[in-house]
Amino acid sequence: MKEISELNLPEDLRYTKDHEWAKVEGDTVKVGISDYAQDQLGDIVFVEMPEVGDTFEAEDEFGTLESVKAVSELYIPISGEIVAVNGDLEDSPELLNQDPYSGWIVEVKPDNIDEINELLDKDAYLELLKAE
Amino acid sequence: MKYGPGRSGLIMEEPLLWEKGRPGRNGMSIPDSDVPDAQLAADLCGEGPDFPDLSEVDVVRHYTRLSQWNFGVDTGMYPLGSCTMKYNPKINEKHAASEGITSAHPMLDDEYCQGTLRIIYELQNYLAAITGLDAVSVQPAAGAHGELAGMLIFAAYHKSRGKKRNKILIPDTAHGTNPASAALCGYKPVSIKSGPRGILDVDQVRELMDEECAGIMITNPNTLGLFEENIREIAQIVHEKGGLVYGDGANMNAVMGIVDMKKCGVDVLHLNLHKTFSTPHGGGGPGSGPVCVVEELAGFLPSPRVVFDGEQYRLEDERPESIGRMHCFHGNYGVLVRALCYILTMGAENLKKATQYAVLNACYIKVKLKNHLHLAYDRPCMHEAVFSDKKQQEYKVTTLDIAKRLMDSGYHPPTIYFPLVVHGAIMIEPTETESLEELDTFIEVVKEIVAEAKSDAELLKNAPQRFKVKRLDETQAARQPCLCG
Amino acid sequence: MRYLPHTDEDIRTMFDTIGVSDFEGLFRTVPESCRYDKEMKLPPPKTEWDLNSYMAEIKSMMKITPEHAVLVGAGRYQHHIPSTIPAIMSRSELITAYTPYQPEMAQGTLQGLYEYQTLTARLLGVDVANASMYDGASALAEALLMGIRIGRKKKRVAVSKAIHPHYRAVVDTYFAPTEYEIVELAVAEDGRTDLSSLSAEDGFAAVALQSPNFFGVIEDMEKSAEAIHAADSLFIAAFSEPLAFGLVKSPGSCGADIVCGEGQSLGIPVSFGGPGLGMFGCRDKFVRNLPGRLVGETRDLEGKRGYVLTLSTREQHIRREKATSNICSNQGICTLTAAMYMASLGGTGIRKLAKLNFDKAEYLKAGLQQAGATLCHDAPTFNEFAVRFDSDFKPVQKSLMEQGIAAGLNLSGFYDDMDNCYLFCVTETASKDVLDTVIKEVKK
Repeated sequence: MKEISELNLPEDLRYTKDHEWAKVEGDTVKVGISDYAQDQLGDIVFVEMPEVGDTFEAEDEFGTLESVKAVSELYIPISGEIVAVNGDLEDSPELLNQDPYSGWIVEVKPDNIDEINELLDKDAYLELLKAE
Repeated sequence: MKYGPGRSGLIMEEPLLWEKGRPGRNGMSIPDSDVPDAQLAADLCGEGPDFPDLSEVDVVRHYTRLSQWNFGVDTGMYPLGSCTMKYNPKINEKHAASEGITSAHPMLDDEYCQGTLRIIYELQNYLAAITGLDAVSVQPAAGAHGELAGMLIFAAYHKSRGKKRNKILIPDTAHGTNPASAALCGYKPVSIKSGPRGILDVDQVRELMDEECAGIMITNPNTLGLFEENIREIAQIVHEKGGLVYGDGANMNAVMGIVDMKKCGVDVLHLNLHKTFSTPHGGGGPGSGPVCVVEELAGFLPSPRVVFDGEQYRLEDERPESIGRMHCFHGNYGVLVRALCYILTMGAENLKKATQYAVLNACYIKVKLKNHLHLAYDRPCMHEAVFSDKKQQEYKVTTLDIAKRLMDSGYHPPTIYFPLVVHGAIMIEPTETESLEELDTFIEVVKEIVAEAKSDAELLKNAPQRFKVKRLDETQAARQPCLCG
Repeated sequence: MRYLPHTDEDIRTMFDTIGVSDFEGLFRTVPESCRYDKEMKLPPPKTEWDLNSYMAEIKSMMKITPEHAVLVGAGRYQHHIPSTIPAIMSRSELITAYTPYQPEMAQGTLQGLYEYQTLTARLLGVDVANASMYDGASALAEALLMGIRIGRKKKRVAVSKAIHPHYRAVVDTYFAPTEYEIVELAVAEDGRTDLSSLSAEDGFAAVALQSPNFFGVIEDMEKSAEAIHAADSLFIAAFSEPLAFGLVKSPGSCGADIVCGEGQSLGIPVSFGGPGLGMFGCRDKFVRNLPGRLVGETRDLEGKRGYVLTLSTREQHIRREKATSNICSNQGICTLTAAMYMASLGGTGIRKLAKLNFDKAEYLKAGLQQAGATLCHDAPTFNEFAVRFDSDFKPVQKSLMEQGIAAGLNLSGFYDDMDNCYLFCVTETASKDVLDTVIKEVKK
């Protein structure tokens, strides 16, 4: 497993305590998992995703990630409606291991874009990881 | 390697069934027809399945070769924690396979089947005597099925008292079947953290137990191999709040003739005949999971039950409180025959000895290995000892590597990565049927592997080397499932 | 005691190593108040000779013997089992192995299960089959729960009354503590399930039929599939006699979404009802909702083909209370037995054997009608059929039993309107002579 100093944590993303990232793109937000999360899980073998049109409140469970011997829940960083899911993950869940930042999971149309400011920035997230 | 029997092999290649054979061959005798040809409506007729045609020799060689790629208790020591891989006596196989038993049809009237019913009746009584509980049903087909029966009894009991409860307490050391069985009955599992000594903390239970809680599920000894010393006090707390105590009897091999489950405060308990009572595991089954209860709950047991009126054994089906039928017939009957044969062969005296020797063997391994592997809880263990890979972490050697290397020396690895509360757990249950020499050899092998972890970690990473296949890629299997050929 | 290797000297050595002086020292964490304070009340230990005599006594109490011809089925079928099967399936390496959690030393079990899954999928006409459930009845209960999971918000299922009564009883048991409702579908006069009133408004997550059903009647599976799918429900097809699919169209090929049932007919003895084999398969798209173990093909470090347990995240040891089922074991050796039987029969053999079973049952069916019995249902049947007698059949049944033939199951205990109705079963093990004896006795 990677040391904290080896983790790739882009500056332009926001993070959650549950290790998801969120990125504003126009009026939607893309959501994925952090390098730390993919590293901890190991080989991801399956991603269970919501359907387009499903709506969630921030911190709701919106899907699961499976490795060979573990299941982890995914929590949505921001309230809103799912407008797209990354279909490539259906056949190639390993994309999340290869590059967790180009490998987004869902795209959300947020109810209130200001919620994004409540998420952690890179430094705050790094602090959280050091504490774990 | 200096030690261990696994130094050579006779490994034949063998393709999949449908990769061999020729159309038109057959592998078994089919009688000639002695009746006229009849016609089935053409729109109902199918083409029949695409099975390969093989000769008898093709089939016999196929399965003989497959069997040679397997390791069983008869091959060698199989110290799988929580699975009680003891020796499976051959006389039990003989009786379960005898024609008088195998030809008995379950839909005939009781008067034709007095013998087969008597086997069930006697086994019910003996299992009651062994656990200290009052009434038994042998219908559940496996441990998890027995747990489900138990949870259905919890639900029926609370319903009969006009109260639906929606939660259940389950320690974090429990087998996954516990929360899964409870969830099938609508109970939300509330996890109890094990205390610092690896056993349940009374105050925690007191804090969590309330009148929404149907009760508690306790494995005793627990999956760390430790006796839940506070069980009576815990049972009292649960009972005071109107709840019931479920005993998961997976580890019954540690306490036969030593512990009285009723005195512990257990209301419902399942047994695993394929663990404690020596029936073979068959590569995954069939098992058998009888459910035992205190007198007050006897009415809730699955139906039908076998009763004896002094002259005749019969199936009692009119039981209004019963949770109903769990299995199409009487559960895995052939397994019941084997377990009864085992109990009759052993008697009370030898069952108790089996327990004493099982604990003796585990304690011996614990003492001999605790300076080599990290011991999760250095306390008196019962029938199994839980270690971990903590000491090997500095060499980047994991529990999995140790397990795979053990195979090369001719041992089945212990249970690994369970219980979940011990990171990198290595759970060793030798059982009573292993001799002192066998234990000593195993201990030497583990020590040698521990030394290799330090000197040549690659040996472990590349293990096993001496089997038909090398380490298999489980990630690929799960990413691109290929479940059907 | 021959299973316990410890000598007194061994025990002393071990006590010394551990640092205790007696067994009591090993059990010091067990409080006195939990102790078993008397001897367990069990008979004294038996030698092999004693045990043999005991079992001989048990067998002498049986009025049904291996020599009897059994013309009763109803979920357990007497078929010929080739000698190869018990000989090979009792091999230690297969029977004394555990669940194949360490795949490298369990390739025999694993390849055997993979082959079983494949042959089962081909037999039932489904994309994928699991490594087995406890029995046909619990498999149906699990299938209905799976239907509820897939149907998401729907809380009702429908179950045909022509499904084996014991299967329905087990379903009731599994559903009792849940919020889900079971609706029973009536049987039409021809012996098939009446689906005429089925509609999407019923809100059934799944509809379950059995074919051949409890009365041996072959349901019209293609039409049923249309009706059930039109009502926006999943089609669950149960069975208790898989040999039928050597002759009759497979449930999957007719449109069933989940197929489940009992596999005892495939080389496993009747054995007072167990162990049998719960066969279970479905369409590919539902695979992540499947209960039970699955074996998959993969490669080893050197690229060589091998087999492992897979998609385990569905199961209780990982997902705990969120698992697709609480099931942990499968039927292990019975599963391999069924695969060995299917392989021994082969594609040619299963067609021939199924046809022979059909022909023999038709012979008895025609003979009993000629002897005065009335058929309860006029739809086609396989292996089993129900007839009504004008007069009391019990004395005839008793007389036949004395002649070594167990004939007919009284249906009055199972259905209200079936007094004097009996269910007969004929397999390849019943000779024409036996069938003629039954016909003659009924004629008397």
